[in-house]
This record gives sequence, structure tokens and C-alpha cells, in this order.
Amino acid sequence: MEHAEILHRCFRCGYCKLPGNYADINCPAYLAYCFETYAPGGRMWLLRAWLDNKIEAGSRFAEIMFSCTACGNCVAQCAFPEFRDRLLLAFTAGREALLDAGTAPPSVRDWLTRIQNHGNAYGKPAKKSLEWADGLEIDVFDGQEYALFVDDTGIHEPRGREIARAVATLLTTAGISFGIIGKPCFSDGNDVKAMGETALFESLAEKNISIFNALNIGKIITLSPHSYNVLKNDYPALGGQYQVFHYTQVLAFAMGRLPLSADRPGLTVALHDPCYLGRHNADYASARMVLQALPGVTMVEMDRNRADALCCGGGGGNFFTDLLSGGDDTPARSRAREAAAAGAQILAVACPLCAIMLEDAVKSENLDKTISVREISEIVEGRMDLQGNAR
Amino acid sequence: MTADLIARLGKITGPRYVSGAAEERYLYSMDQGTMPPAAPDAVVMPKTTEEVRQIVMLANKLKVPVVPMGAGLVLSGLTRALKGGIVIDMKRMNRIVTVNPASRYVVVEGGASQGMLKAYLDKHHPDLKHSMPDAPPVATLAGNICIHGSGHLSVLGGSHSDMLNGMEVVLPSGEIIRTGSCGVSGGWFSRAPLPDLSGLFLGWSGTTGIVTRLGIKLFPKYRYNDVLIFVAEDPDLMPDMISRLTSVQAAEDMTPWMTPKPDWARGFLHINIAWGGHTKKELIFKRNLLQGSVREYIDRKIAGFLPLPPPQKGRFLKIPSPDLARFADLRRGGGFEYVGAIMAIEHFPDAYRAGLAIAEKFNVAYSLGARIIGAGHAMMFFFAYAFNRADPEDVKRASDALEATNTAALEIGGIPWKAELPAQKQIIEKMDPDTFALMGRIRAVLDPNHIMNPGNWEKD
Repeated sequence: MEHAEILHRCFRCGYCKLPGNYADINCPAYLAYCFETYAPGGRMWLLRAWLDNKIEAGSRFAEIMFSCTACGNCVAQCAFPEFRDRLLLAFTAGREALLDAGTAPPSVRDWLTRIQNHGNAYGKPAKKSLEWADGLEIDVFDGQEYALFVDDTGIHEPRGREIARAVATLLTTAGISFGIIGKPCFSDGNDVKAMGETALFESLAEKNISIFNALNIGKIITLSPHSYNVLKNDYPALGGQYQVFHYTQVLAFAMGRLPLSADRPGLTVALHDPCYLGRHNADYASARMVLQALPGVTMVEMDRNRADALCCGGGGGNFFTDLLSGGDDTPARSRAREAAAAGAQILAVACPLCAIMLEDAVKSENLDKTISVREISEIVEGRMDLQGNAR
Repeated sequence: MTADLIARLGKITGPRYVSGAAEERYLYSMDQGTMPPAAPDAVVMPKTTEEVRQIVMLANKLKVPVVPMGAGLVLSGLTRALKGGIVIDMKRMNRIVTVNPASRYVVVEGGASQGMLKAYLDKHHPDLKHSMPDAPPVATLAGNICIHGSGHLSVLGGSHSDMLNGMEVVLPSGEIIRTGSCGVSGGWFSRAPLPDLSGLFLGWSGTTGIVTRLGIKLFPKYRYNDVLIFVAEDPDLMPDMISRLTSVQAAEDMTPWMTPKPDWARGFLHINIAWGGHTKKELIFKRNLLQGSVREYIDRKIAGFLPLPPPQKGRFLKIPSPDLARFADLRRGGGFEYVGAIMAIEHFPDAYRAGLAIAEKFNVAYSLGARIIGAGHAMMFFFAYAFNRADPEDVKRASDALEATNTAALEIGGIPWKAELPAQKQIIEKMDPDTFALMGRIRAVLDPNHIMNPGNWEKD
């Protein structure tokens, strides 16, 4: 197993469980289950024990390993600079070894099989891949400055489609030169990679790269921070060299071109930093710039924000494999409580997966009369005056 | 039996928070130290005092051992299930219940962590702080107090058990009792003037009850903070230097340290002195007091204060500091353990020399140091050894060094702190027999079925 040589070096001091200000548990799986086994240090020691034949890799072992959301909090907080950057790589390698051994939780196996067979996590036919944009009058990419890549959730998930449509509308309204990719693309592979299914990831990435390159795409706007991460950081090694932007990064500099209304009621908004925009790529500014440009919006911060943000629990494939559900302290429910405690009326998100996870959590917590979850694109869209009464 | 136990525990806490799986049994069988593993049959995570009570009642009925656990960071194996049974992981009981700013105390649940309280106070009561140990921030307040821990306000306030105002405890019988003022008035402001029943649960290594709530003293938080490092070469002068520095009663924390790394530190004895002030004027006034207390040594040019640039000061003032955890990677092997011996200040030179001799004899990577407790009333002198967990010979070397250190500490006149099993037996050997017999009688009264962390504080 790759990175096996660092496993025994973990002291299990527990910094990885917390945010930088220690306010609460910040490892999603550990928060959900509380057993030491689910903490990053527990995983390190269990993997070492498995490699040393001290324990077997049964179903619980697999659930522990695959419940990591790859949020990167452990990497950000680990006290050991010599190997902290390799923590997630070690967990991914452990998952890869488990997949090779045929020991994966059924939900992981089924999810990967769907992607293998259909090219997307929903098992939907590729021919439906442009339906999300029906009626928007957006051009197909044909040499515009940017291509818009919306990935599985934006294509096949009803809620994701709404968000994708809002983003496309904003980009159009702001006069951004972009087109949607006219050929059916494949799952971006970000979470497949995090799950340790390297061969499948490479296959997906190469297929997408082939499409992008054939269209001569140079700049890509992504709907999802997951896509942004993998296209920006992992596709280049496979021959996919593009300038990649999350849509908030483009929008942040185009807000002045939107017809924003100055007479909307005031809103108190807390931003949930997405892991793949924030911790993985250190962009804590773009989404805030967009929100701060909105008249009447007052930002509040949750205790865990920016590099200390709590993952919604949907990362690393867990949105689909659902290994963290149940119980009062799922990451999403904890996050919903935190946003309400911060006094926010709106919990703003910049990721379709976060949106769905947190919307469900707000309902589970019976907080839906106190706070609502809105994707940033929808917040902006809701504060535009499309009748021409620009600010 | 185990399946039945787990099913019954699941009815108390919900099945999500009980496990008898190999993974949990493996991980909870050990801590980061050198003690051999001892696996529980089950791990359970209660959320309320009532759930703790029901677990204890069940254990009593089934005569199954119970081992309470905080963060499991004690390093001396005290949360291992030596006779099997149930490990009660308290970390779901982690609420900060209330803060009383007027009387400067906080009430927390038994699984609340040091870091969480720090964050809570920083946000809601920025003029208050509690004494944090050098342990990582996930360490629990209850665990640290119950082992007589110490921390960054220990010169000011003594051991952390001295900062305890009272406790709610589930007895081995299932009764719930309250010690200190909270047992009478509802306030958690003092252990006096009542018979001090808190002592029944302090230093007993989880053999007398399970702490579910604690009242803990808070202290004023200063706007301005500073640190000095006093450096000397002669260990025989250290007791007097410590005595002088503590005599002015300006410091909050005082931690001597001696380590071969980095190279510039080798052979020198350093004393970190941390203090604070509400104003710059107060800060400077206290600094002058501290510097003046050891002026004679400076004038004789046999000791002095180390010039510290601001970035380095910031590192020394960081609470908690991850540097201590990083010591575990000294051998690139994720392990360190230490003997912390509570001893009188005058034994500093003997302890220092014993530590060097043992490190040399066993060829172990070492760090020596101390935390002064009270106004020079005692110290926790620590002998820390890093080891590589992947190298059994290295683990054995560290383990042997620890045993030798325990022996040396006892010979010097100290008492190993949070003693692991072999050290407990060494202490018992030196303990007044009637005192040890009383410990046994107290345990028998509190725990007639002998379910609480059995194997600890026993002769055989």
C-alpha cells in the first residue's frame, strides 16, 4: 500500500479532529460516530494493524475507511508537518487496497458500478446530458472564452439542475462568453479518485479530456467545486491542461455587470465554505466577494469557517454512498445548527452537493422556519431586477 | 455473553453508540504509550448522566468491569480494560453547561475537552480563561483533573485538581452524588467547607466512580502576555532560582526544560516563565519583579535571560502548543511516553542527573522538564522518551527506561504521576501499609462488585 510508511508515525494526538480554534469536532466521520476508530488517527492505526495482520478487513473496517469525506481538515490541522500532506493520500491508498481486496461497503460498490456502466453516478443515459439547459437559450461551446462543465449532479439531480440553470443564467446576464459542452461528458471523477478507484478515475478523466481537447477548450467554468478541484489539479497529469474556474471565481469579478436591485429586504447570510474550493484550493474569497457585492446582504461567520469549515458530509463520494447518515450529529445537521446559532437567515452554499445535504439537514433539525439553504447563484438571481431597475 | 451485553448497552444508548467490533476492541485496547494491549468486550458512548447510571447498573448486575475514558491520552495505559468488560468513552458528554463570571467558574460535562472550553471562553467570556495542560486540545477536562494534572496556570492556581470546585459522580453502585458546594446549594463555587468527598475520585485512576460533571475555577485573562526564558548551567542552583522566581508571585506558569535538541539548547537548563498583565505597565512591572528576583545570578554571570525575538515568543506563548505532540515524531515512529513525577523542588538536581543517566544507559531520545506547581510548593518533573512504534526493540528500550525512571523517581523522593500498572505497584510497595489498606476498604465500600477499572491500584 502506498504511504504505508507514515501510518505508524501518527501519534493520535487528535489535532486532526478539531478546527484550528478547537470550537467543536471538525472531522465529519468522527463527529457522526464518535468512536476513535472513525478519527483520522484511528484510521491510520487500523490500516497499520491490517497491514500487520493484527485485524481483518471486515465490513465495519471498510465502512470506517470509506466514511472519510476527504474534506482535508486532518491535513489542515495535523501537528506533524513532515507527513500531514500525505494523510488523505494514505486513506485513498487504503481504500484502493480494500477495493483490490474486494472489501468495499455495498453502497460504494454499487455507486462505482453505476459510474463504470453509465459514466455517471445516477446510472442515467448519456443522451439526457443536455436536458438541464432546456429553454435557457444557451449556446453550445463553439470557441467562446469559456466552456461550462456541470457534472453529474447538475445534469441528473433535479436540485442540481436548478442550480446549474441559475449559474448559467447569471453568466449569461453578466455577459460572460461561454457555451455548454455539446457532447455528453462523463462524471468528473473527483470523488471516484478520493474513493481509491484510480483506474476508473483515469478512464473518466481521459474520456472527458478527449472531448475537451477535441473542442479546443481552453478555459472551463465548473458548477461544482469537486469538478473544479479535479480538473484543475488532476487532469493536467493526464493531458488535460486548462484554465479552470469555479463559477464564483468568474462571477466575483462580474458582479458589477448584474442588474442588482437595491430595494430587496435585508438578509443575514452565513457562508458554508465548500471543502474543494476552500481547504483543497485555498479560495475563501470568491464566494464572499459575490455575497458582499449584494445590496442588503449582511455576512455573519460561523465558528467554523474558511480553513476551519466543517464539511457537509457529502464529500469523498459520501453524498452517494451515505455512510454518515443517521444519528443527531451528522456533519450536515451539526452545520445547520451552527448556521442557525450564528444568526443567519440564509445558509449560503457554493456546491450542489452541499446544497442538497444541508437542505435535508435543516429539515431534520426542524430549522426550516429559522434558516434556509440557498446556493449562491440562487441568492444572486433572487436579488436581480430583471425588469431593468438596476441599482 | 458479549452479544447480549452489546444488545443491552444498545438499549441504553442506542445501537449506534455501542460496539463490540474487532476494530473498536483493537483501538481501545491501547493508548500511545508502551503498555501492552488489553481489549474491552465492548465500547459504549453515553450521552447523559442517566445513561452512565444505567450502564453502571447493568455492569453491576452482570459483574462486568467498567473502564471510564476521556480522550485516552494518558499515555500510561490507564484506560485499558485489564480484565475485559466495557470501556465507557465519555466524549459524547461534552457540553459546557454554564459559566459563572462573577464567581469565575465553569460547569462542564465529563467528556468536554480542553480545546472546546478554550474556544467557548474565547467567544463568550473573553476576559476569562482556564488552565490548559500541555496535552493536545482534545484532552478532556475531567480526565486531566482526575489524574491531578497541571497546566499553564499552575504556578498561580496549583494542580488542576486544586482548581476543582465540585463534581457530579456516578458511583459504581449507580447512585449519583455531588461533591462540593453543588451538593448543597446548587452553585459550583467551592469544595469548602464540606467534608471533601472529591478526593474519593482524584488520583484513583477510575476505580471509584465516573465523573459526569465538574465545576472548575476560571481565571482572569490578561490583555498583555509575555514570556521570559532564564538559562543556567548548574542544576544544583535550580531549586534556589525557582524559589526566587516564584517568590515574587508574578508568574502564571513556570516550566524548566532540558533537551539535547536543538543543538543550542544542549547542556543548558532553561526556565520558561509566562505572565500577563491587564496593562502594559502591569506587564512591565511584573517583568521587573521576575528579573529582579534573580538579579544576583545575572550579576555573577552564571545565568541570564535568553533574548527572544517576538515570533519565538509567540511560539512559547501558544496554548496549547503542538510542539509537545511533535516530540512523538522524533524517532519517526509516533510514540512517546513519560514519567511525570510529582516531587519537591529541592530534588530537581537529582531528578535531572537521573534522567540524563537513564537516557544514556538505555540510549533513548529524551526530553526532561518540569512544571512548577504553586508558589514553588512542588513540581511535576517529567522524563519523556520518544520511540518508534514500528520497532519492537525501540519500544522495549523506552519501556525499560520508563521503569528505571519510576524507580529513580521513587528513590529520589518523588511519586510517579498517573502511574502505569508497574509504577502503581512500585508506589504501593513504598506506601504506608495502613494507607493502602484504607484505599482497599474505601473501594470495597464504593464498589462491592469490584467492577471499576479492576487491576489498577492492586497489589496482585
